[in-house]
Amino acid sequence: MSILLVKPGILTTVQDTGRNGFRRFGINQNGAMDRAAARLINSLLGNDETAPVLEMHFPAPEILFEEPVRFALGGADFAAELDGAKLDNWKIFRAEKNSVLKFARKSFGSRAYLAVKGGLRVGRWLGSASTNLKAKIGGFEGRKLQTGDRIHFESDVPDGEPKFGRRVSNSLIPFYAGFPRVRVVAGAEFELLTAESRRVFTYENFTITPDSDRMGFRLAGTALSLLENNPMLSSAVSYGTIQLLPGGQMIVLMADHQTTGGYPRIANVATVDLPLLAQLGGLDKVSFHRISSAEAESLSLKFERDLNFLKIAAAFP
Amino acid sequence: MNSARYKIFPLGDNALTIEFGSEISPALNDRAVNLAQYLENNPFPGLIETVPAYSSLTVFYDVRAVRRAYPENPTAFEAVKNLLEKAHAAFEIRKTENSRLVRVPVDFSPDCAPDLVWLANRCGLTAETVVEIFTARRYRVYMLGFMPGFAYMGEVDERLATPRKSTPRLRVPKGSVGIAGSQTGIYPFDSPGGWQIIGKTGFELFTPRAANPCALAAGDEVEFYQANE
Repeated sequence: MSILLVKPGILTTVQDTGRNGFRRFGINQNGAMDRAAARLINSLLGNDETAPVLEMHFPAPEILFEEPVRFALGGADFAAELDGAKLDNWKIFRAEKNSVLKFARKSFGSRAYLAVKGGLRVGRWLGSASTNLKAKIGGFEGRKLQTGDRIHFESDVPDGEPKFGRRVSNSLIPFYAGFPRVRVVAGAEFELLTAESRRVFTYENFTITPDSDRMGFRLAGTALSLLENNPMLSSAVSYGTIQLLPGGQMIVLMADHQTTGGYPRIANVATVDLPLLAQLGGLDKVSFHRISSAEAESLSLKFERDLNFLKIAAAFP
Repeated sequence: MNSARYKIFPLGDNALTIEFGSEISPALNDRAVNLAQYLENNPFPGLIETVPAYSSLTVFYDVRAVRRAYPENPTAFEAVKNLLEKAHAAFEIRKTENSRLVRVPVDFSPDCAPDLVWLANRCGLTAETVVEIFTARRYRVYMLGFMPGFAYMGEVDERLATPRKSTPRLRVPKGSVGIAGSQTGIYPFDSPGGWQIIGKTGFELFTPRAANPCALAAGDEVEFYQANE
């Protein structure tokens, strides 16, 4: 059983929740930019939350379902249509044999996800199905999808099953916004910012530059400066680390970031707010709100607890 | 008892970094590599992975698992910080254990070394002398980063230290051996890059399908030798 890429979309890759255990070798996590979306639709379908999904950008792909399957979409809203019928995000639908999934326009967000019941069947590299575009390995042949690519899945759709099923409760969906206030935890060098720069960081807005991608979002705004400019040694960085580049502009490291970095670490985006950032693109604006690492932990624990309720609910028909 | 100084700070809400100092030195790197080794041998519940760097170690953890295992701590950060402080106090600073010596053959011929003559001229040396000086010493792998399998090694003899190119090349071929400041490194596969390329090796640094895909690890020692010798 399989899906066929009739049109590939501008950047469609196979991703999961990321590859752990190899960062010390320079092999980063990769994985879905909007981890929450991938985990939510997988859990909704009763899949393991780490099951491989498609991450799609706009222009999005056109996908032919070669066999019937249950599936769900989440993350960005690209006005999905199945054989011309509009589909909501965060809801289980049944695709008939030879039905076609298309995306009409970019209504909200930058990255949409498709999960099928049972997960896409893709080989794992170092324990993960995420695509490492730089090393050209992982996911589907280590590359973005092309016309004619066929991805297999294993799933049974019982006869007489309804056309659609349950949906993710609204309270679980991240509070996506076109211009979000993203919560951050201060980084090692935050206190080295001048008082004026700390004020700018907290109260001003920053624009994501058009060259931003899965590796990082460069921000444009009032330049920040440090009290002292000591040369720094490289150390490990993380998805969501906000670094200060020479010249005073910031970059937020995203899912395909390098494992180490040598620029001042101003802050880290709270895990729970990474999805808000992941749905932005070039010229979108963002502002930051500082919270403690303890607060960020609690928010993350709350999301995990809520996600668990969804998994429990999905386990019952 | 180890009472050497360090700083611990959160890297977001699921990782922390312990920093031992701010200079490149084998002694500081030993502390990072040894602590990583200790945690690998004595993992705490919720440990995801550790990343040693020049003079720091970053520890990634699962907040839920840590909280469940150490409920007496108010946060996972506090719990892991306490664990690290105890672990750090418990072991002696010593030279990295299990470090390997890896010998890497390098072709320094002009086809493989686009920057060798330029670098030699800049340093007031001949290309032959550059090769002689470069291959005369052992280098320590301080950390991996930048791309899968890329090892930051040091330190290059100060007579050869040369800053990276102001405009990076769009494509540096796989196996290229470069110098950037007092560091040397090998490109594991074709990639854009700004290091001064003085040779090329057929030594495989990155074998994706192997169980252990990267040939080098922090703490290893590397010796370069002329391939045609």
